[in-house]
This record gives sequence, C-alpha cells and structure tokens, in this order.
Amino acid sequence: MPQPSPWFTSPADAVDRLAASGYLADEATATTAYLAGALEKPLLVEGPAGVGKTELAKAVARVTGAELVRLQCYEGLDEARALYEWNYKKQLLRIQASQGSDQSWSATHDDIFTDEFLLTRPLLTAIRRDEPTVLLVDEVDKTDVEVEGLLLEVLSDFQVTIPELGTVAALRRPFVVLTSNASRELSEAVKRRCLYLHLDYPDAARELQIVSSQVPDLEDRIAGRLVETVGRLRDLDLKKAPSIAESVDWARTLVALEIGELDEKAVADTLGVVLKHVSDQEKAIKELRLRS
Amino acid sequence: MSGLVDRHISFLEALRAAGMSVSLAEDLDAVAALSAVAWDRREVVRTAYAATLVKKQSQRPTFDTLFDVYFPRMVGDGVAREQEPDADRVQDNAAALAAFRDDLVDGLAEGDRQAMLDLAAEMLARFGAMPGRGPGLSSWSAYTALQRVSPQELVDRIAQALQVDRPLEDARVEARRRVGELTGLVEADARRRIAEEKGPEHIAQVAVRPSIDRLDFTAARKSDLEQMGREIYPLARRLATRLTQEHHARRRGPLDFRRTVRASISTGGVPLVTHHKPKRPHRTELVVLCDVSGSVASFAQFTLLLVYALREHFASVRAFTFIDHVHEVTHHFRPGADPGDVLADLAASTAHAALWGRTNYGRALTKFEESYADALGPKSSLLILGDARSNYADLHVDVLQRLAGSARHSWWLNPEHRRHWDTGDSAASRYGAVVPMVECRNLTQLGGFVHDIL
Repeated sequence: MPQPSPWFTSPADAVDRLAASGYLADEATATTAYLAGALEKPLLVEGPAGVGKTELAKAVARVTGAELVRLQCYEGLDEARALYEWNYKKQLLRIQASQGSDQSWSATHDDIFTDEFLLTRPLLTAIRRDEPTVLLVDEVDKTDVEVEGLLLEVLSDFQVTIPELGTVAALRRPFVVLTSNASRELSEAVKRRCLYLHLDYPDAARELQIVSSQVPDLEDRIAGRLVETVGRLRDLDLKKAPSIAESVDWARTLVALEIGELDEKAVADTLGVVLKHVSDQEKAIKELRLRS
Repeated sequence: MSGLVDRHISFLEALRAAGMSVSLAEDLDAVAALSAVAWDRREVVRTAYAATLVKKQSQRPTFDTLFDVYFPRMVGDGVAREQEPDADRVQDNAAALAAFRDDLVDGLAEGDRQAMLDLAAEMLARFGAMPGRGPGLSSWSAYTALQRVSPQELVDRIAQALQVDRPLEDARVEARRRVGELTGLVEADARRRIAEEKGPEHIAQVAVRPSIDRLDFTAARKSDLEQMGREIYPLARRLATRLTQEHHARRRGPLDFRRTVRASISTGGVPLVTHHKPKRPHRTELVVLCDVSGSVASFAQFTLLLVYALREHFASVRAFTFIDHVHEVTHHFRPGADPGDVLADLAASTAHAALWGRTNYGRALTKFEESYADALGPKSSLLILGDARSNYADLHVDVLQRLAGSARHSWWLNPEHRRHWDTGDSAASRYGAVVPMVECRNLTQLGGFVHDIL
C-alpha cells in the first residue's frame, strides 16, 4: 500500500512550513525541496560555507516530523563507517564460545552473520527505518572518490547489498540531502542522480529577515546597516566573504557588547567576527575607509 | 501539447550545444519535475529545470540566458503595453528621450525589480528598434538603446535620489550597481526580441558565451578577467584539497610490523588491521619564466597567482617575467598577500622586463642564463609561459636546450589554440621540440595542468 508522502504538498507549502520552523527559504530553495520530496530524488546542495546548507536538512526534518540521520563525511571515510560493519570482536567471542560445544562450523557460520552481529552505520540505518527519515550526507566533497561509488547504489535505488545477508531495500524512501562546499568536483554519476541546488548569499531583504528572526534583540535600524555593510564586504574581492552565519554572529556580538550605533569605529572594532583573514581585514579597512 | 515537447527538446539541444552535458536521464527527470509543479509561475518552471539540468554553478549563467530565450518573459511589448490608451503617442524624439530618462532615474532610485524589468523592456522597444526593410528583417539593438539613453550618465542623479538615508559614496556605489543591472536586463530583453523575430536557435548560437572556466584567456574582456581573477583562489583551494587527498591515498608506505602486531592483540592475535609507515612526500623547486608582453599578460598573471596559491606544495617557487629582458618578481608574492595587490605590483613591474618592448624570446633566455643560471638545479623544474611569438628574432634554441638540460623537468604552457601554433612568427614547434609544449587556453586546462605536475 503506498503510504502518503510525508513531505511537502507544493512549493508554497514548503515556503510556509519551513518559515514556520525558522528557516526562511527563498522560492528556488523551497521549490527544489518540494521537488526532492515529490520525485523522491536526493538533493545535492552546494554553496559557500555558512549559508544554511546543513540547516536546510535539519529544517526539513523538523517540519515533517522525520528523524534526522546524519553521515558526516571526512577524508578516509570508508564502507565500515558509512554503511555497515560486522562486529568482529563479538563474532570472535561467539566462535570461541562455541568451540567447547559440539556445534558444527556451518551452523556457527550461519550464526555469526546475522543481524545480531551487524553494526549498522548511517546509510543502512536510514534505509532500514520504517518511519519518515531525512538522511543528511554532510560535506560529501570531503570524502574520497571511492565513497561516491558506494553512495551510488544508495542514492539511485535506495538499497544496500550485504554479501552475507543479501540486498536490503528501503522500506520507505528517505529524504536525502547531500551538502558540498565544492572543494572538489563530484563525479557526474552522483550528480546525475541528484537534484541540484546552489545556495548563495541571500539578497539584502532576506538577510535582514534572517538576522532579525535569529537575533530579535537587535534594533531594526542597526540590523539594516549591518546587512548593508555585509553586502558591501561581499562585493570586495575577499578570500572568504562573510556568510549568513557570520552576519548572525555579528548581530549577536553587537547585542552582547550593547553597541547602539554601527558607526565606523564599531565596525572596525568588531570586524574580526566577520572576516577571518588578516589580508581580508586590511582590505576591508582600506576599502570601507575605516579608521584603523 | 505538441509545441511544448518540441520546445523542451530544442531547449535541451541548445543547452548541449552550449557545452552542458545533459543526459537522457536528466531530460526525463526534468519532465518529471515539470509534471510535479504548477506552471502558472515562470520562476517555478525555471527552478524545476535548473534543479534537474544544471549540476554546476558555473553553468548557471548559460542556462539562464537560454531559458530566457526559449521561455521568454513576455511576447512583443507584453499585454500591459498593448492595452495602454496612449499607444499612439510619440515613441522616439528628443522630448520623449528626456522624459524617459527622468522616468529611469525615478525607477532606478526606487529599485523595484519588476519596475526595472518594465523599464528595460520599454527602453529597448522605444530606443533600440532597428526597423528593417521587410518582415523578418527588423531587429533590436541593446547597444543602440544604451548609447542613446546612456544610463551611465544618470548615476549621479540616481545617487542623489538614494542619498537620503546613507552617505553619498555608498549611494554612488549602489547607483552604479543598479545601472549595471539595468544594462544586463536591456541586453537580455534584446535577446528575447531577436529570438522572437528569428527563432531561439539563432540567438542560442550567437549570443551565448562559454562559461568562465572554459573562456579563452586571449578572448576575455575586462570584466571576464576580473571574474577569472576571483576564480583563481577557489580553484587553488580545490586543487589543494584534491592533491592532499590523493597524496594521502598514496601515502601508505611499507608495513609497520610493530604497530600491526600491537594492534592485533586486541583481536586475539588476529591481525585484522594492518598499519603502515608514512611515505615521505616529494616536493620540487619550481622556476617559472613568464612572457608578460601585452598579448599573453593576463594568462601569465593567472598562472603565477595559481602557482603561488599552491606554493606549500612546492619546496620553493621563483618567478621571473620577461619581454626582452628578465626580471625577478618572486618578492611580490608575500604569503597571505591579497591577489589584487599582487596583480597591481606585477603590472607595475612589467616595465623592468622590457628594454625595447618587443618580445624577444631568444634574448630573454640568454639573459636568464647569464643572470640566474643558479636558479636551476637537479631538483628544480622549469615552467615557461608564453605564446612563443618572438617577432622573428633569433630564437636561441641552444640556450633553451641547456636550461632544460640543467632542470629536472621542464614544460612550456602556450595560451594559444593548437591550430594557431606555427602561424606567423610563432616558433611553437621549434621550442616545443626542446621543451614539451602544452596548450593551456582556459582555467579548466590550467587547473588540470597544475594538478598533473604536482
């Protein structure tokens, strides 16, 4: 029996429900999130650090009441950490325990390759759950190319093949979100199976909304000035342009320091919150003509 | 339904022709996505197409241009304008131009996106029309419209209107940005009108530029060069990540017996995991020799910047520029320096590399051998950047042979298309016989080359 889709019913529905949970999505983001649910295809989100890629997956999980299963990718991630692993130590114990008894080897062999000795890792966990699940594969560009091959079976057919147990197919297709900082090109094969969304810095009006909703204590006038300054910093040719996360941090800093006016001195004093490279700070001071 | 499928197919064809790899599976995904959304909003349709077809952000401008051509915002002057009662008022004379420019100042000061779209369409319809002799011969020119209205001259007036809530300098920056946006909109509208007259296939062939990482260095405009400059740092970061990963993957050295046995104790003496000794990385000393004469200067700058962004992967880097004389520029590349400043310094130091200002490879190579022969040794690699066009002067191939002989490896990067080699005064194959010559026309090829030599 087909279960009703737990995800969004229309792009507008996605905007409203995400906004209700505190994630202010623009139209493209909401439409793509809706499509990912409707077509049951994985969603690949790319963009600079700190624009809310991971947060999108969390927000989807929050508003749909699904559980978030997270696979944090890193260099050297392998099958044993991503898919499943046999619990060798427990298997050894089991074999040693059966040595005294008259159990035959084939019985022991069948015995040690069962669910009891299987350690499920995020990908397998997400597939075996029968409740709605959001699977977040975070920073997929950090992994080695081999791991992408491993993801292919999961992403296209939502199944995992375990030689000793057979193929485990998804009881219920999870909502898959892959995030990437584009530090390396992903293979065509992975990209072909995904919907693609590029999250970029938001426009001034949306950023103002985000900052105001995250830091309600900040006065509207200062928030406007802050967003405008961040916008100008992004226009400069910086090593690392400030992202939304930095804007929000800056707003929190201003509230914490009880700075009531974002003038040149205040900007120069707190610039370290927004820009994390010395050369960027020097450039910003020069371009914005701040007092140093 | 019939027209829709045809348009969908020809849109995909155009995307493929523009260099995007759209597979059949993605085609089907796009159709599935389109069936899942309502079609009453153009942006939703655009997003559905983009999510399924565009898998690289650098392709997005190409996609947007083609989408606007195949699925135009409106037809002709649009519905609103046809219904206007004063449709027969004077479309184009001096007074109309002045009145329109006033409207433009108000509209841009307002900054509403929809209003700007309407203004751009009106501007093109009234001042950019090029009536032809017969049906199908009339055309539209964004250039004419922009020349006549010349929004650049309105920046000060817009800035004054914007000045109420911010300092004048900020207002001017903002005004300039909005005028730039308007220019883009007018150009897009011209493409739309021409596509209407001549069919989208026509415009798809002529108006779409290759994406920035595939654009030739020698064909780049000033704005493209700025954009390329911004791409260098991310490219270096991507390369560095990939290199570290690949080095780590190859890092496994010989078996570390002691650690393996030690670890096997926890699994009852069964060595489940083997441990290995790390491998010592190998780093070369790089010597870069670049031609900075006008024709290839930008290529040399980008390559130098990229090499310097990756300098931790080399034991040391020394850079020399030449036109007909050699000048060392290593000191301009301070760690953590801003790429913009470095480029400015480099441009300023170009004068030191020239005696008479005419490229002379033979002389430059001889001078290099005289003054900096110590830079090359058995551990160093020589990288020469240039188009090998030496104004028919003596090539001194023997000097290059000696230089290449004293270095461990040597390469020559040529920013020209292979089909232009050996034409005119190019000595590509004569130098190429001594030092392997590689074609390097755009950022993708540059990135690929730098990755391969590391």
